[in-house]
Amino acid sequence: MRKNLNVIAAYSIMMGLIILVGIFQSWNIALSIFNLCLISAVMTMGANIQWGYAGLINFGIMGFTALGGLAAVLISVDPVQEAWSAGGPNILFSLFLIIAMVLAVRYILKNYKKSKNRTYIVAAIIILGIVIIRFISEPGIEAIENVEPAKTGFLGGLGLPIIFSWVVGAFFAGGLAFVIGKVALGLRADYLAIATLLISEIVIAIIKHEDWLTRGVKNVIGLKRPAPYEVNLQQTDWFINLVEKFNSSKLNIITDLTERQKALNQLVIEGSSVFVKLCYSGLFLVVVIILLILTQKALYSPWGRMMRAIRDNEEAANAMGKNVVKQHLLIFVLGSAIVGIAGAMLVTQDGLFTPGSYRPLRYTFLIWVMVIVGGSGNNFGAILGGFVVWFLWIEAAPIGLYLVNLTTAGLDDTHFLKVHLIESVPYFRFLMMGIGLLVIMRYRPKGILPEKIEIK
Amino acid sequence: MDFVNAITLLLNYIFVPALAYGSQLALGAIFVTLVYGILRFANFATGDMMSFGTMFVILFTFYFQSVGISFGVLPTALLAIPFAIIFMVGYMLIIDKFVFKYYRTKKSPPVQLAMVSIGVMFVTQAVVRIIIGPSDRRFFDGEKFLIKAGEFKEMTGLNEGLAIKSTQVITIIVTLILVSTLFWFLNKTKTGKSMRAYSDNEDLALLSGIDPKKIVMTTWIIAGILATIGGALYGLDKSFKPFTYFNNMLPIFAAAIVGGIGNPFGAFLGGYVIAFSEILLTYAYRKFFMYVLPESMEPDGLIQLLSTDYKFAVSFSILVIVLLYRPSGIFKGKVL
Repeated sequence: MRKNLNVIAAYSIMMGLIILVGIFQSWNIALSIFNLCLISAVMTMGANIQWGYAGLINFGIMGFTALGGLAAVLISVDPVQEAWSAGGPNILFSLFLIIAMVLAVRYILKNYKKSKNRTYIVAAIIILGIVIIRFISEPGIEAIENVEPAKTGFLGGLGLPIIFSWVVGAFFAGGLAFVIGKVALGLRADYLAIATLLISEIVIAIIKHEDWLTRGVKNVIGLKRPAPYEVNLQQTDWFINLVEKFNSSKLNIITDLTERQKALNQLVIEGSSVFVKLCYSGLFLVVVIILLILTQKALYSPWGRMMRAIRDNEEAANAMGKNVVKQHLLIFVLGSAIVGIAGAMLVTQDGLFTPGSYRPLRYTFLIWVMVIVGGSGNNFGAILGGFVVWFLWIEAAPIGLYLVNLTTAGLDDTHFLKVHLIESVPYFRFLMMGIGLLVIMRYRPKGILPEKIEIK
Repeated sequence: MDFVNAITLLLNYIFVPALAYGSQLALGAIFVTLVYGILRFANFATGDMMSFGTMFVILFTFYFQSVGISFGVLPTALLAIPFAIIFMVGYMLIIDKFVFKYYRTKKSPPVQLAMVSIGVMFVTQAVVRIIIGPSDRRFFDGEKFLIKAGEFKEMTGLNEGLAIKSTQVITIIVTLILVSTLFWFLNKTKTGKSMRAYSDNEDLALLSGIDPKKIVMTTWIIAGILATIGGALYGLDKSFKPFTYFNNMLPIFAAAIVGGIGNPFGAFLGGYVIAFSEILLTYAYRKFFMYVLPESMEPDGLIQLLSTDYKFAVSFSILVIVLLYRPSGIFKGKVL
């Protein structure tokens, strides 16, 4: 118990802060911060597995998040029949051609020795394949995008409950990670960082511009929910009764019946959105706890020990007969899959998929700040990092405003400096993140909750 | 005649813009490569450092314009650049003193320095946005075109016009002057030679009495000059927006690695490789073929290899291919 005192203290402070937000701002805000904290925690766990366990830098978190989000769309949206009949065959045939092309290239690479001719043949197959695929898919894509472009204009999904997408998102992200890993894991650390960053930009470019698949920048809105809708809740009896019970002391003061009904209605409207958010919190919490148990088990297993050995000294681990390349690939896939889950969770909670909103600053670098600040190699640290950094990211604006008002208290309200500073309050979050990261890296390089390995 | 028209078309839409864009990338890529070669880390704050320098150029330009100083037909920004460089170099040295120096003397692994540069990126971005705001800013003044499309048509009697913006010419000339001075400095002067020696083999350089402090300071000064001028030229040609500058970091990295990181000449050429391939692959060649081919063979489609949406993706794909087949870059840089 005493060993874990700092963990418990850190988490209590964090929860206390969120509760304070609930009391002073509103429970709605507090819960939405809490939900995004949970999602961030999942992302940081994914990044932490790669960086903390194995020392791999993955700056492609944005790409895996977006793929998870794409999974949510492809699973939950109802299929658009007309689009399928308009362009479905072409798309399926192109898909078949892509698979054939990949298999052909693989066959050649496997069965022929490395030579100039082989390289030329492979290049020729790829170029020819791309040209043919474009010729076949283009009319299909055009037909699909012309099916009611204002409403659909894409193939739609499978029409399944959105929860499934959390698993599918993991598979999507893991699959991409497998390909990237095969290509890029041989690179030295900082080159892996650059390569993954650029590859994730390619992924975003594809998601943004392949309208037939993702609707692109037209966004997909109104995704199905795993939680009840506020409007429906406001009309169900048991919910109204529940709200009444919770607020009975408040309501009993009001004697006038119509007044009382009005107050109750207001409370029900507020209560319904809090209730929906609580549902999400419950779902996310289950995911976080399952992942935490799994990652903790992995960390203390022989496999976890091997990963740390590889991280700390690759050559020695290799000499001991551990297959470093294979393990690196495995952990790269696992970590990315977790990030994919988080991406699907994010889209589930928002109920919309906006490819334009995926930016490296928010989805890659911020997650890295979380991992470093929280403590790499320590799962509790990574989760805490997700909470602390997201909390600050959201609350930076109010804090910044307070600080600006404090420091410029002597100035007139219309003084240009004060006006300018108040206008730029939203950017104080960048400043806070940067300074936070620099300070932590300098004075506590292992993070708030450093890695602590004890052999059980 | 048709053939000349086709060539003019390519010059107007591909060659001139790519040359200007490539020069802007090249300056950034040399900045990345120098920092990588001598300070030994991948600087993720590159784009934001460039926007920081450009911010000073803009502030000085506005100041000059308000007091009525102008540079005739040339943009006032060219006058502002030297003053901005002073501030930029000061900023670089301050950052180095308070942030990077600690890790350098501790001999931290390059990964840690790269992480630290992310912290610097956040801070720089915040400072730029707080001082000048996130919105789009144009600070170009003076004569806009060197040759207008209409004038060119009249002059030559061709169907196709060739428009050359003065910013494009300024970009190319300034880049050439700057880069040749830099290469002269690196190859002929004592400080430049010791910088190259330090980049090549640190221990041996220290052994032969090269002062590392001086090397690091010179590197930051050169980096500051490159960042400011590169950023200002990009801003003059297009416009200044902090977010675009942050994004430009990606093709710049691609250029530096394609050229062979740690090799300034490679980075210089890498900028053009990236710029030309981006524009060549996303240009719609329909009109070109209409001029070149006989009428019966005229194409129906746009004859575009990739839609312009994938502009960035092109440079990144090139990078991935280069990393796969020639990890040290086209011109041998450090082996990754």
